[in-house]
Amino acid sequence: MSVLVFAESTSEGKFKKSSFEVTSYGKKIAEQLSTNLVVLTINATENDSLYNYGAEKVLNVSKTNLTSFNAKTYASIIKQAAIKENAKVVIIDSNINGLYLAPIVAVKLNAGYASNAVEIPSSVSPFTVKRKAFSNKAFNNCTISTEIKIVGLAKNSYGVVENLVSGTTEDFSPEIAESNIKVESVEQTTGKVTIADADIVVSGGRGLKGPENWGMVEELATILGAATACSKPVSDLGWRPHSEHVGQTGKPVASNLYIAIGISGAIQHLAGINSSKVKVVINTDAEAPFFKAADYGIVGDAFEVIPNLIEKLKEFKANNA
Amino acid sequence: MKILVCISHVPDTTSKINFSENNTKFDSNGVQYVINPYDEFALTRAMWFKEKQGATVTVVNIGNATTEPTLRKALAIGADEAIRVNTEAIDGFAVAKEISEVAKNGGFDIILAGKESIDYNGGMVPGMVATLLNYNFVNACIGLEIEGNKATISREIDGGKELLSCNLPIVIAGQKGLVEEKDLKIPNMRGIMMARKKPLTVVEPVNNELKTSTNSFEKPAAKSACKIVDNVDELVNLLHNEAKVI
Ligand SMILES: Cc1cc2nc3c(=O)[nH]c(=O)nc-3n(C[C@H](O)[C@H](O)[C@H](O)COP(=O)(O)OP(=O)(O)OC[C@H]3O[C@@H](n4cnc5c(N)ncnc54)[C@H](O)[C@@H]3O)c2cc1C
Repeated sequence: MSVLVFAESTSEGKFKKSSFEVTSYGKKIAEQLSTNLVVLTINATENDSLYNYGAEKVLNVSKTNLTSFNAKTYASIIKQAAIKENAKVVIIDSNINGLYLAPIVAVKLNAGYASNAVEIPSSVSPFTVKRKAFSNKAFNNCTISTEIKIVGLAKNSYGVVENLVSGTTEDFSPEIAESNIKVESVEQTTGKVTIADADIVVSGGRGLKGPENWGMVEELATILGAATACSKPVSDLGWRPHSEHVGQTGKPVASNLYIAIGISGAIQHLAGINSSKVKVVINTDAEAPFFKAADYGIVGDAFEVIPNLIEKLKEFKANNA
Repeated sequence: MKILVCISHVPDTTSKINFSENNTKFDSNGVQYVINPYDEFALTRAMWFKEKQGATVTVVNIGNATTEPTLRKALAIGADEAIRVNTEAIDGFAVAKEISEVAKNGGFDIILAGKESIDYNGGMVPGMVATLLNYNFVNACIGLEIEGNKATISREIDGGKELLSCNLPIVIAGQKGLVEEKDLKIPNMRGIMMARKKPLTVVEPVNNELKTSTNSFEKPAAKSACKIVDNVDELVNLLHNEAKVI
């Protein structure tokens, strides 16, 4: 018996912070079940780094024909690893690729699946885990009753926990079926922090009046190493790309810090960003609903506050470098 | 071209979420139900294929009789027929089994769904349906074109998008981008009248096995009040020393 974690790596073979988070989480569940943790990786180059988070055993698949993500192929590899290691719990990051492949794995293993888990299981028998529901407006305690359980972990919910073990890495050579889906082209911005990975997100709303005013938002984001985001009307108006739309019907945000500029705080907006740990609002209207959801707020005009904040942060960064 | 659109019946996005019976049941008092917003993008794209490429569109929902107004709304928007599988949607896997049964009997080329429903946010039904049927599957779809037997699909990826192609049959889980917000249709009077005459077939479930269940709900812990700060110096100081996020 074991707990299996799938730790995704980038196309360069590097792990993201969330890979360490799923490994940390898997280690804790393995302890709850008094069993071992096995971490599966595909074309990863830094497998040793997983030992820091409790990976006693790493199975690495290195195949040159697996250079780009393919959900069905990856799901089949995870299934084969789960069977080989007699895994009773399989943990997959609830990120964009993890959400794609986990349901496929669940069917292949005839397993119940709970996505977007936010805590370790409150009990392992029955196996019950708390997960996000109603677009962050609530949680449900979900019991998985199948022999094998699939758990998707929501970002930034458990955290990265150091737990150094002496681990080993083995090569794993599963059968790889040819995929029917062909990747024609990929467009990816490099060097820019994405909303999914960002520790800090700077977000602008309709209060910013027009796309020409986003220069200061981007400057603020650059200083903070943050991703930029926006409210739904801003993307609907074409001021910003759809990929920046956050909220109940856009991307979820679970950053450490979320700064909302000229955003009123409609229920659908708040639902999507509520998992962020610290929220700051900057709005001219002291009655804006966002102030009820935020931790810190400035009642003021963004066109004055943001340039001042940028200057102050430059000073701060220079002193704290 | 035969299209099946999966429709989830969910509380409207403005709904206050409350629970009853000691936090074990969702409290639907005063809650307005709508077509799941992600499914609306899928349905609208299906209507486009109907208008431009002569597709026929069936909508399906797994639910008890209370979901029928939502299916009628989909018919009013322009779907040709509706199927309701008469059982409560509790577990995503079980829902996927029912949909795949409906799909097997209907011989659909394309199954369109939203990438998640905004009530349980499971995000699992489309991928499970595809795997049960052994159809191709693309998640987080932001563009879909069909030509003959071939589908060309844009998928959102972290920090960008990728263009994929494959043969039908296919299951697509969509989001905004599949169509634009402005393309979403509101049913008109004629649509509503016609919807009353369109077939809505109720079928019984084939499977009652649940792999997951919800035993209770929780609401997020109450938040402490927002600290209003007067200037950016104080804000930076608090974010650094108190919140420790910069
Ligand atoms: C089905 C559905 C789904 C939705 N999903 C989402 C979603 O996912 N995400 C989302 O964001 N919205 C969503 N919405 C829309 C949501 O209801 C709000 O309309 C939207 O969030 C408002 O965007 P906003 O705050 O940018 O604009 P507004 O509500 O117009 O607010 C602008 C704010 O800027 C402030 N302001 C004006 N000038 C300044 C200034 N100079 N400096 C500082 N502040 C200023 C104003 O006081 C105001 O509070 C959804 C709506 C529906 C019906």
